[in-house]
Amino acid sequence: MRTVSIEEAVSLIPNGASLMVGGFMGVGTPERLIDELVRQGKRNLVIIANDTAVPGRGIGKLVGAGLVAGTVASHIGLNPQTQAQMMAKTMAVELVPQGTLVERIRAGGCGLGGVLTPTGVGTVVEAGKQRIDVDGKTYLLETALRADFALVHAFLADYLGNLSYALTARNFNPVMAMAADTVIVTAENIVPVGLIAPDHVVTPAPLVDYLVANG
Amino acid sequence: MDPQTIIARRIARELHSGMLVNLGIGIPTLVANHVPSGIQVFFQSENGLIGTGPIPEQGMAHPHLTDAGGRPVTALPGACTFDSAMSFALIRGGHVDMTVLGGLQVDANGHLANWMIPGKMVPGMGGAMDLVTGAKRVVVAMQHTAKGKPKVMRQCSLPLTSLRVVDLLVTEFAAISFPDGRATLLETAPGVSVEQVKAATEADLVIPGKVEEMAL
Repeated sequence: MRTVSIEEAVSLIPNGASLMVGGFMGVGTPERLIDELVRQGKRNLVIIANDTAVPGRGIGKLVGAGLVAGTVASHIGLNPQTQAQMMAKTMAVELVPQGTLVERIRAGGCGLGGVLTPTGVGTVVEAGKQRIDVDGKTYLLETALRADFALVHAFLADYLGNLSYALTARNFNPVMAMAADTVIVTAENIVPVGLIAPDHVVTPAPLVDYLVANG
Repeated sequence: MDPQTIIARRIARELHSGMLVNLGIGIPTLVANHVPSGIQVFFQSENGLIGTGPIPEQGMAHPHLTDAGGRPVTALPGACTFDSAMSFALIRGGHVDMTVLGGLQVDANGHLANWMIPGKMVPGMGGAMDLVTGAKRVVVAMQHTAKGKPKVMRQCSLPLTSLRVVDLLVTEFAAISFPDGRATLLETAPGVSVEQVKAATEADLVIPGKVEEMAL
């Protein structure tokens, strides 16, 4: 793990990169990384996230700045800019049931090729997917998702990179921290090693590549 | 009583102590306001919380404690938080006793359509497909008609949320269940006749010998 400035962290991300971004309606989203992506004008990004928040918040800032070429999400209903860009075909949007989205990411981080889920069988979600019957029940094969980068927001990070999260700001963050080639973390508080008790570490330090310095 | 209150109060009668319940947005959220006294229910918020409490008082909101719509909530004593994989493992894995969801259409067999209107509204399904597929019991809370047009259809014209049939539909006119995949009128709301329900419903309803009045 290396500690980097916010400018350096975002300079690692090339145009066209795929980014998993933690957060749920902007709660638990690494807002400083988003702001710096906008400032550095990174383009043609592919965003994998639960949602695109609302205009002016979290991922909504990337959408509003026209930096997103593609989105994989479960819900875009509260961001009219995402819907407008999808209708105008300037952004490709793949809508995925929320439980399927998180399991595809989990699979990507766990060395699995995908998961079998009953969700979506017989609906428009099934299009183009393989049906597999196991013990008389029908499932869809949903393939694993990975990204070039995971942008993760924690509540506590220690100097080694062990992470813990706060309340509902946890959401997709720890799952995404497993499923990307490079993991960049911001934290509300960066604390001495030992301050997060071993039982309370959610994301182990070896998973974190870069911790963004506070201040 | 307004239609939303009728629906929410009737559904609240389905709650029992110890249940883990997930409420969708809209009318379903109102069910939490009508929990019968003496009953303790665990409300799940699918963004990672069991023990969701009421909206915080002015100035007491916490930026890291919200419901699935991103609005500030409180956490009741005994609440716990978890990541989205756990949250949907609870939902898909059959650990959620009951979910209450809004609806655009329900058909005569009990299929629900509640997540998109092609060409008009494509918000994404969020957690709805997992909830309908995985919860032990699925209850739909919706108004019986939309601008005078029936929402209880012979067949849904909108894309389905799941092939899984819902267990109970509650509207401001009626409570309808789907034994053997056939819409069956269980109860009518106070002051509403069976004929009125039939007239507002496109689906053929099975009318049992005795249709009770909804107790609110």
